[in-house]
Amino acid sequence: MTVGLRLAAADWGGEFSGTFDNINSLFRFPPLFDGITLFGFDLWINRTILIAWFMTLVVMTIMLLGTGRAKVIPGKLQSLVEMIVDFVREIALDIIGPKGHKYVPLLTTLFVFILFMNLAKLTPFLMLPPTSRIAFPLFLAGIVWLVYIGAGIKEQGFVHYFGEMLFPPGVPKVLYVILTPIEVISNLILRPFTLMVRLFANMVAGHILVVITLVTIHVFLPSFPVGWMVGVIGLLAAPLVFAFELLIIGLQAYIFIMLASVYIGSSVEPAH
Amino acid sequence: MDNLSSALVFGLATLGPGLGLGMLISKAIESTARQPEAAGMIRTTMFIGIAVVEALALLGFVLAFVLQA
Repeated sequence: MTVGLRLAAADWGGEFSGTFDNINSLFRFPPLFDGITLFGFDLWINRTILIAWFMTLVVMTIMLLGTGRAKVIPGKLQSLVEMIVDFVREIALDIIGPKGHKYVPLLTTLFVFILFMNLAKLTPFLMLPPTSRIAFPLFLAGIVWLVYIGAGIKEQGFVHYFGEMLFPPGVPKVLYVILTPIEVISNLILRPFTLMVRLFANMVAGHILVVITLVTIHVFLPSFPVGWMVGVIGLLAAPLVFAFELLIIGLQAYIFIMLASVYIGSSVEPAH
Repeated sequence: MDNLSSALVFGLATLGPGLGLGMLISKAIESTARQPEAAGMIRTTMFIGIAVVEALALLGFVLAFVLQA
């Protein structure tokens, strides 16, 4: 049995038959039943989608129970939800300015969604963050991209917004040959791209780290005389790895909305 | 060989951003220590800087996967 097969077997929670050649097997799962194919995309239900649905259900339940029938003196759940909203609002007002109030609902939704999608990484029996599939970060970054461009057009006007962005004032005319392509790439392509890849890469790396830690225990601990101590080391390392991943989970959700509000803020307030 | 090259791509791509992040965060901590009342603003600016610096490492990460395929 190769290392890769052991990894897959542990991740699947059982025996794994068949062969694979790369790390994709930890992330790509076969469809549970045949779905429909739309415009060349396979809309199949697999494990990742079920996890995403489950975590969405959890977060919706928490938010609805926390905000429904809001009281002046908040209960436990309501104060938790209020803390989250307050946290996001402070970031939004800090970075965007007074106009940030409008974007608090969007940013809160993004924060909570990303946080809970990431938390699936450490939730027992799920152990897979849906955000480690590129589609989730892609759509989240796409939403932010649309919002900050829309906000720029709405607040500054189409011509002014794109004019300021593509031709920054106060620069010698000759430099526009170099500056304009750089501005286009950095503002319109690199911003959403890095937003997407940052979340994606952190979740992929985190999932691989967690799987390797758990597989080390799974493989080495039962083999008593030979590699037993390696399993013990894995067992001791597991809480540290989990704590580190918990930190990364929160940090990525925080950085995502932080950068989203920075981008929105740069659209709302013209650059000085 | 393909695996080695993609690993090398990511490894080399992290060198510059690693140095940059070290400098950036150390300066941010230093200025926070000098002027604690400006901590909020410094943190915000630090994260924007991190986002820009990190972009290069992230491009290397993607390129590693692209080369592997």
